[in-house]
Amino acid sequence: MDRYIRSLFYLQNNFTFIYKAFRSKITLMDKTPSEKLIFDYSKPKALQLKISGDWQLSAGLPLVSEVLTQLDSHKDIAELSFVVSRDFKWDSAFISFLFKLSRVCKEKNILLDAQGLPEKVEKLLPLIPAQSEKIISRKVSEEPLLESIGSRVIGVKDAAFSVLNFLGDIVLAFKRFVCGRAFFRKDDFFVILQRCGVDALGLVSLITVLVGMILAFIGAIQLKMFGAQIYIADIVGIAMVRVMGAVMTGVLMSGRTGASFAAELGIMQSNEEIDALKTLGVSPAEFLVLPRVLALVIMMPLLTIYADLMGIIGGFAISIGVLGLNPIEYFNHTVTAVKVSNLWLGLIHGFVFGIIIAVSGCYRGMRCERSSAGVGEATTSAVVTAITSIVIATAIITFVCQIIGV
Amino acid sequence: MDAVIEVKDLDLAYDDFVVMNGINFSVKKGEIFIVMGGSGCGKSTLLKAMIGLNPPHKGKVLYNGLSFWDEDERSRQDIMCRFGVLYQGGALWSSLTLRENVALPLQLYSNLSASQIQDMAAFKLGLVGLGGYADFYPAELSGGMKKRAGLARAIALDPEFIFFDEPSAGLDPLSAKMLDDLILDLRDNLGATIVVVTHELASIFAVGDNAILLDADTKTVIAQGAPKDLLANSKDPRVISFLTRGEKQGAGR
Repeated sequence: MDRYIRSLFYLQNNFTFIYKAFRSKITLMDKTPSEKLIFDYSKPKALQLKISGDWQLSAGLPLVSEVLTQLDSHKDIAELSFVVSRDFKWDSAFISFLFKLSRVCKEKNILLDAQGLPEKVEKLLPLIPAQSEKIISRKVSEEPLLESIGSRVIGVKDAAFSVLNFLGDIVLAFKRFVCGRAFFRKDDFFVILQRCGVDALGLVSLITVLVGMILAFIGAIQLKMFGAQIYIADIVGIAMVRVMGAVMTGVLMSGRTGASFAAELGIMQSNEEIDALKTLGVSPAEFLVLPRVLALVIMMPLLTIYADLMGIIGGFAISIGVLGLNPIEYFNHTVTAVKVSNLWLGLIHGFVFGIIIAVSGCYRGMRCERSSAGVGEATTSAVVTAITSIVIATAIITFVCQIIGV
Repeated sequence: MDAVIEVKDLDLAYDDFVVMNGINFSVKKGEIFIVMGGSGCGKSTLLKAMIGLNPPHKGKVLYNGLSFWDEDERSRQDIMCRFGVLYQGGALWSSLTLRENVALPLQLYSNLSASQIQDMAAFKLGLVGLGGYADFYPAELSGGMKKRAGLARAIALDPEFIFFDEPSAGLDPLSAKMLDDLILDLRDNLGATIVVVTHELASIFAVGDNAILLDADTKTVIAQGAPKDLLANSKDPRVISFLTRGEKQGAGR
C-alpha cells in the first residue's frame, strides 16, 4: 500500500510543474533567479551579495550552489556580506537559503555579516535550534543476506507460534463460553450474525446465480457434441453443491466480512480500545474475537446451502431459457445426481471456510500496527490470507475425499 | 488596524441540530485570537466553518473582505492556500516521512527546485525543533512531536492565517509552553494572523491578544476581549468561572 502511495506521490511531483507554471503566471514578469543575485568583489577578500526582487516561495529563488561556486573560485574570500534593494521581497524561503548559506560559510571558515539584511531576517535566523543539525538515526540498518534469510526464517517461526497462540486463545474463550463464564455480549453477537448473514444474501445471490449460469454454458458446449445436454443438470448440481457454492461464498465473505473484521479490530487496536479492554481484565478473545468467529462459523454453512440453491437456479434458467431443455427432466436429473454426501461435503467446506475467514480477519486486526497504513495492511493481508487458505483447504478436502472415496 | 478575518452572524448546525448561532467577531492582522469554551460547545465546529471544511448554516466568514462561502470553488481554493492548519492530533500523512509531509504543500504551491524544497522542509522542521527527525515516519513519534511536525507542515507555505485546533491538548507542560512560544514567534517573525481554538487557560493567557468565549447553554458568544481584561473586568459569573477554573465567582454553576 505504502509503495503505491509513494509512487503516486512521486508521480504527482512530475506533474506539478505545469500547475505551478500556471499559478505563477504573475511572477513570470519578475526577475529570473540569476538576476536576483549579483556578486560584488569590489572590496578585497570580501564578497558582497546584491539581492533584489522577489525571494518568496511562489517566485522561486537562486540556489546556494551558485554562491558556493563563486566561493570555490575565489579561495581568498574571508567575509560575506549583503546589500538588499528596495524591491526586495522575502519570506521563509529566503531564510532557508540564508540558513544553508550560513552552514556553507561555517564549513569554509568565512565570516557571515548579516547587517545588510532586514532586521526581521536577522531575528529569524537564531530561531533554528542547533538540534536541526543533528540527524537522529532511525535504527534502520541493512542486514547482510544470510542474516536477512535467518531473520525471515525466525519470523516465520514466530508468526506460526503467534497464530497458534491466537487459536489457543479462541479455544480457551470458547471453553469459557460453553461453561457460561465468557464475557460475551449477546447483542454484539446478533448484530455480527446479521452483518455476515442476512446482509450478505444479495451479493451471494448475484455471484452464485452467475456462476451457475457460467457452468451451464460451459457444460453445454461440450455436452452438445454428444447430444447429452441434459447432463448439464448433473454438472451444475454436483459442482455447486460439492464445492463451488462453498468456494464462491468463501471468496465473497473473505473480501466482505473478513476485511471488515480486520479493519474494525485494527482501528480498535490503533485507538487503544483493545488495551482498555485488557486493563479492565476482559479478554479481547472472548469479547471481540469469539462473537465474530461463532457468527461466521454458523452463517457460512447456511450461506453455502443458499449459494448452492442459487447456483442451481442460475444453471436451470440458462438450460431452460436458452438451451431449451425440459424443466421436469432437468429437475429430476439434479435430484438424482446430487447425493446427500455432496451436500454434507459442501457444508463441511462452508464450516471450514467460516473458521478460516473469521480467524484470518480477527488475527490480522488484533495484530495491526497503530497507524492508518497499518489498518490498510491488516485488511489486505486478512483477505489474501483467507483466500489463499480457502484454496489450500479446498485442495486438501478434495484430496482426502478422493482417498476415502466420497 | 483593519480586520483581516470577520465572522458575521454565523449560525452553525448539523442538520436540524443548532450548535451555535449569531456569532460575530473580527481578527486584526498579526493578532493571536483565541476561541475558548468548554468541551462540546462548538469550538471545533466554528473552526471547521472558518477553514472551509463545513459550510455554516447561515452567515459569513470574510478574509480580507472576501466572503469565503460566497466565492466560487476556485476562489475558495485560492483563499485556502493562504491557510495553515494544525489539527488536534497533527493529522500527518502516515505513509510519508516528516520531510515528505512538509515538502508536499511546497511541491504543490511553490516554485522552488527539488533541492530547495528539501532544504525548506528541513528548515521548517528545524524551526519546530524536529530538524533531526526528517526521515522519521509519524508512527515513530510521540504525541508532542507529531503536533510540532504538524505545525511545520502548517507553516510550510508561510501562510497568512494559521489556525490551531487544541494545540496544547495532551501535551506535557514544557511541550505546551514550547508550542505557545512557537505561536508567538510565528506571529512576531512571520507576521501571521493566528486563530487558536483551546480551553487551556495557561495557553490562553500566554498567547492570546483577543478572545471570544462560547457557551454551550446559550449557544452563542458570551464574552469578547483580551483574556486578561476579561478576567479582571468581566461581571459575568460564567466568564469568571471559566477563566478561574471555577475557583472564583460562578463556581459550581
